[in-house]
Amino acid sequence: MTIALPHTTVAEAAPRPRGPIAEFLRQQPLGAASFVIICVMMFAGIFSEWVSPYDPLAIDFASILAPPSWDHWCGTDAYGRDICSRLIYGSRTALVIGFTSSFIGSSIGAILGIASAYFGGRIDTIIQRVMDVLLAFPIIVLALVVVAALGRLLVWGIDINLIVAIAIPILPRVARVVRAAAFSVRVMPYVDAARAAGYSHARIIFRHMAPNVVAPYLIMLTAFIAQAILAEASLSFLGLGVQEPTAAWGLMLSGNASDFYRQAPWMILFPGVAISLAVFAFNLFGDSLRDFLDPRFKV
Amino acid sequence: MLRYTINRVLLTIPTLLGVAVLVFFMLRIIPGDIVEVKLRGDGGAVTQETIDMERHRLGLDKPLMVQFEDWMVGVATLNLGISMWTERPVMEEISLRLELSLEVAILATIIALLFAIPLGTTAALNRDTWIDYLMRIFTIGGISIPAFWFGMLIMLSLLAAFNWLPPITFTPLYVDPVANITQLIWPAASVGYRYCAVTARMIRSSLLEVMSEDYIRTARAKGVYEKLIISRHALRNALLPAITVISLEFTFLIGGLVVTEQVFNLNGIGQLFVQSVTRNDFTLIQGMVMLIAAFYVFVNLVVDLLYAVFDPRIRYA
Repeated sequence: MTIALPHTTVAEAAPRPRGPIAEFLRQQPLGAASFVIICVMMFAGIFSEWVSPYDPLAIDFASILAPPSWDHWCGTDAYGRDICSRLIYGSRTALVIGFTSSFIGSSIGAILGIASAYFGGRIDTIIQRVMDVLLAFPIIVLALVVVAALGRLLVWGIDINLIVAIAIPILPRVARVVRAAAFSVRVMPYVDAARAAGYSHARIIFRHMAPNVVAPYLIMLTAFIAQAILAEASLSFLGLGVQEPTAAWGLMLSGNASDFYRQAPWMILFPGVAISLAVFAFNLFGDSLRDFLDPRFKV
Repeated sequence: MLRYTINRVLLTIPTLLGVAVLVFFMLRIIPGDIVEVKLRGDGGAVTQETIDMERHRLGLDKPLMVQFEDWMVGVATLNLGISMWTERPVMEEISLRLELSLEVAILATIIALLFAIPLGTTAALNRDTWIDYLMRIFTIGGISIPAFWFGMLIMLSLLAAFNWLPPITFTPLYVDPVANITQLIWPAASVGYRYCAVTARMIRSSLLEVMSEDYIRTARAKGVYEKLIISRHALRNALLPAITVISLEFTFLIGGLVVTEQVFNLNGIGQLFVQSVTRNDFTLIQGMVMLIAAFYVFVNLVVDLLYAVFDPRIRYA
């Protein structure tokens, strides 16, 4: 609020100009807290080699299923691998897949949404019908079908097809929301002006309309990072996502982990906490970002 | 109303057609099919001849367009073909497991609504207080905690508290209701948490919207009890938009069940779907995807029609 009300004191009436980030942190304490969690995760993901106490793949038969201790903070798994290290490396997997698939899905979805609103008419109808088809599936079901269809394609140890499988269900959901926002942009005089000036469709879409739907785009992008991390964990849990021996949170919960309910509950507890915390942070951050950028906007 | 209904029903056809086309061609983009998995899966040496014979038997050697035609005719006549793995009709495989999954879904809905309505209402009435913040954390937790892990936690706590795990074999409700409920209430609770969270958020925001309407002010001015205003005037109107979310989430419960049935080892639709994907069982995948989409489209249709009944502005638009 920069408008000074009559009864406020002088100090309040003239606030220091703040950057948008400082303003966000002040207005949205919950968002700030989630931002801290995200930063910690990113730090762990980027500097895994330095942060993690052990090699995540090192098998140690001397300490199989060791309970949490000072040596192994989160215990060890059935191969004696340090769970804490695997969680740290797992944050890299989750972030890479979560971010890239959400980014790809949201970006293509946003472009389709804007194009749909800009061209209108028949093109709009066709795009919307295709989106309707994709919307008829829960995220995980569509991702599973794509996994079944495409199989695996490893590039630098990352399964590209897994990313595609998670990006496709995100696409129509973003397209729908961005289209709605783009409709209000399309009727703006500057779009008419751009057309009158003879600019190409691509230029109008990317240079004139896209910058004005950045708010919903960013909100959807963060919210869907959360969904993508969740989808990756579910797929890996089912054995259809990330494969052993790569460290991934969902994978740590699958396979023999369920046989160790009695002997080794830490094998189940910690990876689940990691997934929940990460998804929680991105959801909360997206929520706060929405309140901050556009209070009227609803996902 | 009739015209609106006809229009709305006709609109479902392109969607269903699109699903049928999409799923058929998507599964055939990449070469490699069930025959390879089935016969070469164990690493055994199998001659090309055997593979070709099996392909022929399953009709996989027919031209793509002929296969497509068979599939589309099948969809139109509700004959979804024969599972390539178990060799039994797809419809039979599905109907065997539908009862269990449907029951879990209904139980989850009941649990979710039981909690969501009071939660959403309390949060809206105590907006921006600590109650509202707690509710916000609870609901964001619901959309963040993976249902399957929540299920594992439930099992773990049952084990720790009572040294007991839910039974694994399915008993139908009409045979032994107690055994049935003690088995299915846990998976229902684990997928129900997310459902409850989504619904509670929706009820909160739509109740907040309704509370600022003129007719609420009128009711207050008349001196109606606040409790009565909320239950009779506000909540009734707020529930209408919530119905959309409730019914769409219901169709999306299958998404949660796909993973959660694995945890509780339930032989339901979700597990069948995962099995069909791991086995590359094209006919079964196609059939299930078709049914899931049809169910979604159908529920969507019913919701839209109900809306038009309740809110005349829609059918005249």
